[in-house]
Amino acid sequence: MANAAAFSGGSVTNLGPSVEGFLTPASDEESQPFWDGTELGQLRVQACAACGRLRLPPRPMCPHCRSTQREWRAVSGRGTVWSYAVPHPPLLPAYAELAPYNVIVVELAEAADIRMVGNLVTGPEGPINEIDPATIVIGEPVEVVFGRLHRADGSSVALPRWVRAGS
Amino acid sequence: MTAVAFRDTTAIVGIAQTEFSKHLVPTETELAARVIVDACADAGIDPSEINALCSYTMEATEEVEIARNVGAGDITYFSQIGYGGGAGCGVVGQAAMAVATGQAEVAVAWRSRKRGSGPRPWSNTSTQLAVPGQWTRPHGMLRPADEIAALTRRYMHQFGATRDHLANIAVAVRGHANRNPAAMMFEKQMTHEDYLAARWISEPLCLFDNCLETDGALACVIVSADRARDCPHPPAYVHAFAQGLPAQHQTMVNFFNEDPLLGPAWACARRLWANAEFGPADVDVAQIYDAFTPLILLSLEGYGFCERGEAAGFTENGNLEWGKGSLPVNTSGGGLSEAYVHGFNLITEGVKQIRGSSTAQVEGAETCLVTGGEGVPTSALLLRR
Ligand SMILES: [Zn+2]
Repeated sequence: MANAAAFSGGSVTNLGPSVEGFLTPASDEESQPFWDGTELGQLRVQACAACGRLRLPPRPMCPHCRSTQREWRAVSGRGTVWSYAVPHPPLLPAYAELAPYNVIVVELAEAADIRMVGNLVTGPEGPINEIDPATIVIGEPVEVVFGRLHRADGSSVALPRWVRAGS
Repeated sequence: MTAVAFRDTTAIVGIAQTEFSKHLVPTETELAARVIVDACADAGIDPSEINALCSYTMEATEEVEIARNVGAGDITYFSQIGYGGGAGCGVVGQAAMAVATGQAEVAVAWRSRKRGSGPRPWSNTSTQLAVPGQWTRPHGMLRPADEIAALTRRYMHQFGATRDHLANIAVAVRGHANRNPAAMMFEKQMTHEDYLAARWISEPLCLFDNCLETDGALACVIVSADRARDCPHPPAYVHAFAQGLPAQHQTMVNFFNEDPLLGPAWACARRLWANAEFGPADVDVAQIYDAFTPLILLSLEGYGFCERGEAAGFTENGNLEWGKGSLPVNTSGGGLSEAYVHGFNLITEGVKQIRGSSTAQVEGAETCLVTGGEGVPTSALLLRR
């Protein structure tokens, strides 16, 4: 793992019981290191081990130099809000209960062509409907935090989430 | 065969549609078989002559079943195209290519879908989370409407578009449906104020920015231009055809390239206009894929009807309305107000405009652009009289 030490986000907090019934990510062969990273409180993106370009979602080949040598790098976890949506029902029940809530698209500081989908929250365990969507500003700086989602089978996953920079 | 040699060598000579409704009783297979036989009748061609079958990968009725039902003989060309609503014009275009290259003589393209009766696709949680759903679904970006809402919000921010511009689109298309007895919204008027008062689905998109949920089926028959001249209706010649899947595109969540607002329409349009002997200014009427109103904004720019960032202004003063504007759009009511059958009704409406039989007929229409969905790998057709 290259540059794993570059970011030491650290803590992963439990999300509250209100999020029971949320969809949890199903990782695949390519993406598993991403979710391994969130377990450690790290936001990682895939990088080409030959030319160094970052890419996400992960895939076997670098579209710039066609190398299949790849690695994962921890990034700063800083970004800006590129856009957002505010879903209302009909939605899956767990989400409908919290609607309207925000979904933001975050442009990463390290790569303008990597934009991650997440929620703007007040803290790692903050509900997705806590922040008034009317206050969200495109371009505002955000930072990653990690909250833990529990599955029905007892397993769990750490999910990247976003707070306002400096909050 | 070059694209220039392909021009106008084939034509759509038969079209048919079922009733459009929230719930139809027959199965998708029965609807498909009926509508294909009806399209052949419209073309004056016996179904036993069909030898090419083309549809969407999302089409549930398979070639084998269709051929067995409609009594086709040897099928010598069959293909399916992916990416949902991006596929439609590609399906017809590939059928036309099969005819133009001599792989078949009578090609049928179709779409049969009971989307009105069935479950909402996004409510199936077991298919939500594999690639690429793992990056978006857990955060509550659950539906196509949520994905397009984020794209729309960015478009508004970047170019100063407002909900009034989306309303211009929804109201224009509804007005066309109000002229079309086959449209699901035929009897339902909608004003600008009605639009603004509608409930949210995913801000900034409201109910009327979203397409209908429909049971229905449509089909068309494609033959060579030579044969088309012997068919009962005026041929709708396939002047040009293109597909588009741009560099570093990600379907529906196109957030992973330099400019997500330069979507598949732009790639498709570059090929389309290179293949055609006329340009956007020569298009008399357009059928633009409208699963969501903002897809029309993006497509108006992508296909070159206005400059980048100017589509919102292009919708003003009734510019998309029949009998009023410079570019009547979705003259049957489209996916927003006629029926949502993955855009196939846009294709048949394009044919009606060329025949002169639309319920919102653009007088003397010689050319019609039909497009597939923006936001997914897409396709487009230029039809001409
Ligand atoms: Zn590389």
